[in-house]
Amino acid sequence: MLTEKRVEELEKFATDIRIQTIRQMKTRGFGHMGGAMSICDLLSVLYGEQMKYDADNPEWEERDWLICSKGHAGPAVYAALALKGFFPMDWLDTLNQPGTRLPSHCDHSKTPGIDVTTGSLGQGLSVAAGIAFAKKIEQKENTIFCIIGDGESQEGQNWEAVMFAAQQKLGNLILFVDDNKQQLDNMTSKICNMDSFAEKFRSFHWDVQEVDGHNINELNTAITTARNNDERPHVIVMNTIKGKGCSFAENILKNHHINVSAEQAEDAVNKLKR
Amino acid sequence: MEKTYTVSERKMAGVYSDTITKIMRENKNVVELEADLGGCIMGSKMDEIDQYPGQLVNCGIQEANMVGVACGMSAAGKIPFVHSFAPFISRRANDQIFISGCYSHANVKLVGSDPGIMAAYNGGTHMPFEDVAALRAFPELTIIEPTDEVMLEKLLYQLVDLKGMYYIRCARKAVVRLYDSQEEFEIGKGKELREGTDVTIIASGIMTAESLKAADVLAEKGISARVVDMFTIKPLDKELVLKCAEETGAVVTAENHSMYNGLGSAVCEVLAENLPVPVERIGIEDEFGEVGDMEYLKKRFHLTAEDIVKKAEKAIERKSKK
Repeated sequence: MLTEKRVEELEKFATDIRIQTIRQMKTRGFGHMGGAMSICDLLSVLYGEQMKYDADNPEWEERDWLICSKGHAGPAVYAALALKGFFPMDWLDTLNQPGTRLPSHCDHSKTPGIDVTTGSLGQGLSVAAGIAFAKKIEQKENTIFCIIGDGESQEGQNWEAVMFAAQQKLGNLILFVDDNKQQLDNMTSKICNMDSFAEKFRSFHWDVQEVDGHNINELNTAITTARNNDERPHVIVMNTIKGKGCSFAENILKNHHINVSAEQAEDAVNKLKR
Repeated sequence: MEKTYTVSERKMAGVYSDTITKIMRENKNVVELEADLGGCIMGSKMDEIDQYPGQLVNCGIQEANMVGVACGMSAAGKIPFVHSFAPFISRRANDQIFISGCYSHANVKLVGSDPGIMAAYNGGTHMPFEDVAALRAFPELTIIEPTDEVMLEKLLYQLVDLKGMYYIRCARKAVVRLYDSQEEFEIGKGKELREGTDVTIIASGIMTAESLKAADVLAEKGISARVVDMFTIKPLDKELVLKCAEETGAVVTAENHSMYNGLGSAVCEVLAENLPVPVERIGIEDEFGEVGDMEYLKKRFHLTAEDIVKKAEKAIERKSKK
């Protein structure tokens, strides 16, 4: 259990990640707001508490890895990385500008701290499983974290990777499902209902936990539990809200990719600061 | 000079499995991934899978994940070779090769076996005439087609040390041996196998031996045909193509692949932009494969030495009309 003070610090960090994510999209005038906002609390716990990394040496051999398979949430990850010193804060004004090092979707070759290039949905978990497998063979201590979206889970390749990870007993792999209930076109339940992720993963012999994805303590406890659990791969299903914390996006249908005016951004940031 | 072109006693699958297991024993970072077609190329080595823990891995029938896993393993420092039949690598895992592989600058060697008509009795579903076409526009991907057992073994050793994405279009059956064991190969450089002044036949894979047979027939007719083994399809050895075009004034390409976006297309691109000479192409017209033995399929899809002879004569004729 984290102390009350530590929880407050991590909540503050999550708020800062949200503010810096809105800042990036404001500069360009649009962005993938919904799915970025829903993972900010997780990113706070990962970069603020759980992950082992060296901002001055992003390729450090002993680091933990994060594969954000829902690559369109890149701006939220960039915010966390900049706040932790992987690159200067003013890079955050360059999102999607010509020649930028911060493109819409995560790109390992462009951004320090981005471990794997993603963007074509459904591929990140396989790559994460490959990294986890290689580390396991070498008996290395690294933990491999991966985030997939609920809509993204409709891609069949994920389930190939789920079977592979179980077969190879990848206990060093911790997957988060960002179950924010929406995909680009509509509610996930209306397009291709995923029902219970927990039941699905249990039937594939994964270690399963379910948490409120906006609760710092629940997230942190679940990750600690997963790290110390058996050889099964671990999944933490996060009940989240798409657009969480961004006043003009939260709880609005079709907030996957939206326009962001300067006034809207300013208003949302002011509300977050309160 | 009468020459015979006999098929080797050694299957390419055996050369691949012997070489790759030898490499894995020498270098623990090299891994070989299969999607339940291990027995088709690794043969009995798959029964010894426990001797290569974490190195020889059967992922199950899931090519997309297998390619993704390989890309992840390469990010963590491993050197993965990934095998399936050519259509299941090039078509099924196409976007994984692009995004997780090329775009991510991964280090993975993709081995697609039974290219073109070599799928024989597996027929149209397994007979890729379009694998090179499906991959040729991927930046940073090198495409090679080892011509015989000597080349395959030597290139596999080279590939261990070459970083990047490679597609190896690889026969499993025994093919005609063209090289002596001392021969050396450089990826990106074609091999001039026979000198000639009237026309150049630029070939790859099994069509190289057919081209040499064609050159023998042409010689009897008083035509001097040069033969080039263009085992690297991408990047193409542009210099050699231009040199041959300049020196012989006519070109025939021969490939066990679709006419669209394979070796013939690549050669035409270079010549059209730099030195337009008459070109005739041997390749599969816009159609699907079917079951049959190799002799039947060669005739069915016009991939014989006789077909090459006709195209060479046509190219030379067009040259004289200029």
